[in-house]
This record gives sequence, C-alpha cells and structure tokens, in this order.
Amino acid sequence: MKRTALVAGTAVAALAATVLWSFSVGRFPVSPADVLRALLASVGGGESGLAPNVEALVLQVRAPRLVAALAVGAALAAAGAAYQNLFKNPLVSPDILGVSAGCALGAGLAILFALPIVAVQGLAFAGGLAAVALVVAVGAWVRGRDPILTLILTGVVVGSLFGAGIALVKYVADPYNQLPAITFWLLGSFGGALPGDLAVAVPVILAGLVPLVLLRWRIDLLALSEDEARSLGLDVSKLRLGVIVCATLVTAAAVALAGVIGWVGLVIPHAARLLVGARFARVLPLSLVLGAAFMLAVDTLCRTVAATEIPPGVATAFVGTPVFIVLLAATFRR
Amino acid sequence: MTLAARALDFGFRGHTVGRALDCALEAGEVVCLLGPNGSGKSTLMRTLLGLQPRLAGAVTLEGRGLDQWGTAERARRLAYVPQAADSYFDFSLRETVEMGRTAHRGVFASPGRRDREIAANALERLGIAGLADRPIHAVSGSKRQLTLIARALATEARYLMMNEPTANLNYGNQSRVLDEVARLKAAGIGVLVSTHHPEHAFRIADRVLLLAAGSLRAQGPTLETLTSQALSALYGRPIEVASVRLADGSVQRVCVPSPAG
Repeated sequence: MKRTALVAGTAVAALAATVLWSFSVGRFPVSPADVLRALLASVGGGESGLAPNVEALVLQVRAPRLVAALAVGAALAAAGAAYQNLFKNPLVSPDILGVSAGCALGAGLAILFALPIVAVQGLAFAGGLAAVALVVAVGAWVRGRDPILTLILTGVVVGSLFGAGIALVKYVADPYNQLPAITFWLLGSFGGALPGDLAVAVPVILAGLVPLVLLRWRIDLLALSEDEARSLGLDVSKLRLGVIVCATLVTAAAVALAGVIGWVGLVIPHAARLLVGARFARVLPLSLVLGAAFMLAVDTLCRTVAATEIPPGVATAFVGTPVFIVLLAATFRR
Repeated sequence: MTLAARALDFGFRGHTVGRALDCALEAGEVVCLLGPNGSGKSTLMRTLLGLQPRLAGAVTLEGRGLDQWGTAERARRLAYVPQAADSYFDFSLRETVEMGRTAHRGVFASPGRRDREIAANALERLGIAGLADRPIHAVSGSKRQLTLIARALATEARYLMMNEPTANLNYGNQSRVLDEVARLKAAGIGVLVSTHHPEHAFRIADRVLLLAAGSLRAQGPTLETLTSQALSALYGRPIEVASVRLADGSVQRVCVPSPAG
C-alpha cells in the first residue's frame, strides 16, 4: 500500500515536472515561473504581466502540442493495459486487432485522393474502427471454441490485409508529394495538432477512457479462465466487447491525431504492472499518468535535441528501450 | 433445495458425450463423481454449471430451469471450483477471493466493505488468512486450491462444483483439501466433486455417481455403491475394496488394485 502510494506520488510529480519542462524548453526558452504565470492567468483570468508574444507562445503554440502528446500517451497506454488484461498476455499492444493498420489505410487513402487534413484524420479514425469491427464480426461469425485466439488470429490477418492495402496505396501514390506525405504521416507527429483537432480527439479519448475506469474491477476477472469468470457471474462476452470498443475508440482517436506511434501501448502498461502489481484498478491510472508523461517527454526531446524534428514514433523506442531495461533490472534482478 | 438433471443429454454440437442422465445434488451433501478419463465428468460438470448448453433434457436449480436464472442470480447460488492453475497476472489471495463477490456487485462497482469482510471470513475459514496478501503464484498448490474454495465460499452459493480439487497435490495436501470439502457440508452446502480416487469418495462422499462413456453406471450411497464389482467394471481393471480397522477402532474402506488375471 505504502509502495503504491509512493509510486503514484512519484509518477504524478514526474508528470507535472515534465509538463513544466516541456512548456519552458524550445527554440525560445521560457522560464518555468513565466510558464506558470501564463497558465494561471489563462485559467484564472487576469493579467500575466508577460510580453504578449511569450504568452502566445505558451498558450497557443506549445499548449496544443502538449495536450496532444499527453492525450495520445495516456490513450495508448490505457488501451494497451486494457488489451493486455483482455488477452491475458503482457505482449499485446493496442493494435493487436488491426486498429493502427486500419487508421493508416484510411489516412493513406485520404492523402492519395488529396483530401483536406480534416478528412485525413476522419478517414484514419473511420479506418481504425472499420478494421476492428471487421475482426469482431468475423470472430462472432466463427464463434470458435477459443474466442480469444480467434480474435487474435483474425486481428493478425485483417491487420496484414490492411497493411497490404497501405502498400498498394503507397505504390500508386505520386512519389514526389503523396508518398512522402504518407510516410511522414505514418511516422507520427504532434507538431500539426490544432486546438480544433484536439476539441474532437480529446472528448473521443475520454469517452473511451471513462468506461474503462468504471469497469476497472471487473476487467481483472478477464484474467481468469472463461469458465471461472462466467461461473462467478460475469458476462464475459459483453465485457470483452465493451473493452474492445473502448480501447478501439481511444486508440483510433490517438492514431488519427498523431499517426502510428508504437511502443507506448506495449511497454508502459508493463512498466506500470512491474511497479504496482497486476490489479487493473492500479495499472490503469498509473498507465495513464506514465503514458502521458513519457509521450510528452519523448516529444519534447524530439523537438529540442536536434535541428530538425525527430518523429515521435521513432523516438519512443530509442528513449523507451533503455528506460524499460533499467526498470526491468531494478525490479526483477535479485 | 436441489440442483437436478432429468433426462439430460450433454456434449457438443454434433458430438453427444452423455445421454439420458438423471442425477441430483441436495444442499448439505457431498456427492463424488467418479469415472475414467474421457467418461464425460468435466463436460457434465460444465453442463450442470450452465457453462455449456445442454443438448436435451432439463437442469433445474431450486426448481427453476438453469437458463431461467440470470447470470448473476445463478452465480450467487451455484459456484465452480476449478483445478488450481497458474494465471499470468499475479493477484493476491485476498484479491482472488474478493472476485467471488462479482455477482453481488453492479457492473461498475468494486468490492465494498461488506464484500471485503466476507472475503476475509472465507480466507479465515480455510485457514489461509495469514497468507492473504501473498501473490497466488507464491503459495503452494494446496494453498492455491484452498484459495479457490474460499472464493467459492465468498459467492455465498449453496451448491459447489469441484473439478478434481486434489489433482496435482501431494498426499498430505490432498487430505487437507478433503477435510475442507467435508467441512463445507456441515455448513449446509451441497458439493459435487469429481475425482480419480475412489478412496476420496469413501472419505467424504454421502453418495457417488459412477460415470462411464457418458452414462451413469450406478449411483447411490457411497458404501453400498462403491463395491469391488462396481469399481472393477468402471475402470476395466480388477479392484478390490477392503475394510481396514484403524488404531482408533474406526473402520475405513481402502481400494487395492489387484494384478490382472
């Protein structure tokens, strides 16, 4: 109990520190005190006493990007945590049911047909939902003896089908403009997040997260065998479908906003489990906080360490792998 | 107050395992289900639990068809104790037992104070309260099995189905688990236990069901039904039931397989 409280406190403090750090660093550094002043003024009203360009930098340039990184990190980590419980497998990531491949195909098609950026995000979101809906529909139609295995296998197959679709879109795309656009979209970025995009994506992510939080205790029961869970009075198929819908909404919204970012959804929940044990009621909140902090830290490094930005989809693995190895060694080594 | 099957056909679509089975379990009795591998013990148990659709006939719980009960309502009356298996996610014994309260809570609820008390009592009753906060991985197979029994107690069900609760346990721990099963009976709970050991039936069962190739060869009071003849026929090997007088003067039945012909 003490340890859990300590871990939770440290994680929240780390998140707050990361937020402050991310606001202050960049091509135009702002002192943490000025950041706080600007934020307090915007929340509480009144004058910050800062130069208008500094205030604009904090509130209009950095804030949307920060919110996007926080939301995507939290979303992917939460979806990963939910799926790892659902599939009773710690090696499962949010795109196990093909959601990322669906999003990527949707976005690729939108870029291929030169649709506006709103449509790229909309089609990405729709593509993600469509891929998972197809997997769930096939799973329901097959009604195999092992529903979990059926879902995973169908997810792999549908994911690779959509992957082939992406390859085809890339192949026919104009190699000078569209192909790089698709490639860059797939690598992910928080730089393009506008307040308008966030106004759509954040509520969708919350709509998926709230039920997951409410179902936190029941989701633990999915770790039992299906016979055990059912005999304890759990409607396993309904709960499973509910978790899939929530995790898919959350992941599709995150991918549509920032592109395909791997690693976070796989490893953050695992890190959370190493720190506080298996209970979803603890793993979920810690995953949310760690995912948000980690994603923001990575994106902040992405935009500050080099003259050109590094895509976060690449940087997550570069930063995350050593962090995870240290954590693994600290908790597992005798 | 019964869990009863009448003219029950059970099995899978296109593959009937058992036909025309009649049996019942009363609250406050222990019934042992014996039969060779593949005789349909597990399938019968899953069917009686409502985990598997029956093919024909009826299963009633307290006079009402099993399908007429809601999932949660049924789970508050009829509980399942599986064989203790590993789960990847390491819950503590306490957390595992609290899962027995699922059917008493709403969809979005977590266990409350009363649920935690009931779980703590169940752990206490099975003598594992001292280990409550240990991860279930870190305790022995018998403690794990006792935890699952405690979880079933926490459901407050009147009927318990136990699938080979003594499998994979060493000799001493088998005895420990059997004692606990016998104690459930005193609490007014009806227990159906499947086992591969006829001697376990002699020790705890009021009645036995002998299942072979999906049909009941015999059922009835343990001492009358479990004869040398019945056991030899059931397992297809000569088996002799003998009486042994113990040091305290009580008489216990033992089974001795004799070499074939």
